[in-house]
Amino acid sequence: MEYKDYYEIMGVKRDATQDEIKRAYRKLARKYHPDVSKETDAEARFKEVGEAYEVLKDPEKRAAYDQLGAQWQAGQDFRPPPDWDAGFEFSGGGYTGGGADHSAFFEELFGRGFAQQGATGGRRTFHMRGEDHHAKVLVDLEDSFSGATRSISLRVPEVTEDGHVTTRDRTLNVSIPKGIRPGQQIRLAGQGGPGFGGAEAGDLFLEVEFRDNPLYRVDGADIYLDLPVAPWEATLGANIKVPTPSGAVDLKIPANSNQGRKLRLKGRGLSGKKSGDMYVVLQVSLPPADSDAARQLYEQMQDQLGFNPRAAMEVA
Amino acid sequence: MSKKDHSIPAVELIDEQTTFTLVELCRSCAVEAEVIEAMIEQGILEPIGRRGPHWCFPSSSLRRTRVTLHLQQDLGVNLAGAALALDLLEHIEELNARVRAMGGHRK
Repeated sequence: MEYKDYYEIMGVKRDATQDEIKRAYRKLARKYHPDVSKETDAEARFKEVGEAYEVLKDPEKRAAYDQLGAQWQAGQDFRPPPDWDAGFEFSGGGYTGGGADHSAFFEELFGRGFAQQGATGGRRTFHMRGEDHHAKVLVDLEDSFSGATRSISLRVPEVTEDGHVTTRDRTLNVSIPKGIRPGQQIRLAGQGGPGFGGAEAGDLFLEVEFRDNPLYRVDGADIYLDLPVAPWEATLGANIKVPTPSGAVDLKIPANSNQGRKLRLKGRGLSGKKSGDMYVVLQVSLPPADSDAARQLYEQMQDQLGFNPRAAMEVA
Repeated sequence: MSKKDHSIPAVELIDEQTTFTLVELCRSCAVEAEVIEAMIEQGILEPIGRRGPHWCFPSSSLRRTRVTLHLQQDLGVNLAGAALALDLLEHIEELNARVRAMGGHRK
């Protein structure tokens, strides 16, 4: 088991006042809140900060934790000394509620959660029907085109017979409906929490997010593709084979197209009641002047085209 | 303990046309109707139709309710603050989508 340095996690000194700890917590909680933060490890950091605060905000727990001594390093292999908590009395049997998702380090020191103490605030429910669960699922753009079955792993909190909360890993096969868009949700009836007293189970809601695609970008139901073209393809016009998520198509580049021109492939976006479009954005790619022949061609253009791309800037 | 579930449960797509009733929304977010009414008062939720059992909540209500509850519980934000945060978050989301579509910040 790894030692956790709660002071380091909170970014406060070991002799910080309770007020300083509270302020540090509020700041970090805002920074790493999973609904607000865009940092990839926000959820893990938020939990870590929450756990650190749960210990440090409580003078009893903090004193007990301090007693372990300052010689420990974060990540160091840790065993609590025998009777380390002698003389401390933690309200609520060593645990004061909150989630069940604490580190092994925390649970070794302060015990495991008890379900009857309930979750914080409005998450408690007395309805007989099982609770609805919410999770996220990552899919690929192609899944939205062809439909797919994704196997997803969920960690489900479960209450054991003696009232402890544990988590159980559950694998579920989910069919991804065609035309799904980022941010949309799918509902799996009866796949949420079990009901009490024979009542029906809750539903599972999955919020869909798309994995980054190397070629395409998605905006709502529309898809964008950057298409590299040679200068002569853009200026003279060309017929080019273009990849789309549903297979390559022929695209006519109109003559005298410029860098950044957007060409629309109608109805080739994500499908749905109102199908999206696909936009091909031209990216003119210049051949390097790395041979005599290439240099001569560029010099010829320079001599004969009289082209000034900065004509509108009114500089000589 | 790990249990493998090989059956494929039926899924229902929740899109822009999907609406929730008050009961469904309360159940899904495990809150009482009073909580939802307070959010309506702040303009966080905008149900369609007449107050009561025929209220229809647009599909975005589910996410808005859940984020509001999280902000309240985790950050101690009040309803007005949560409403402001939600609006700003949605604005940021829109801007991010636009930046992504322009390809300006590709990873």
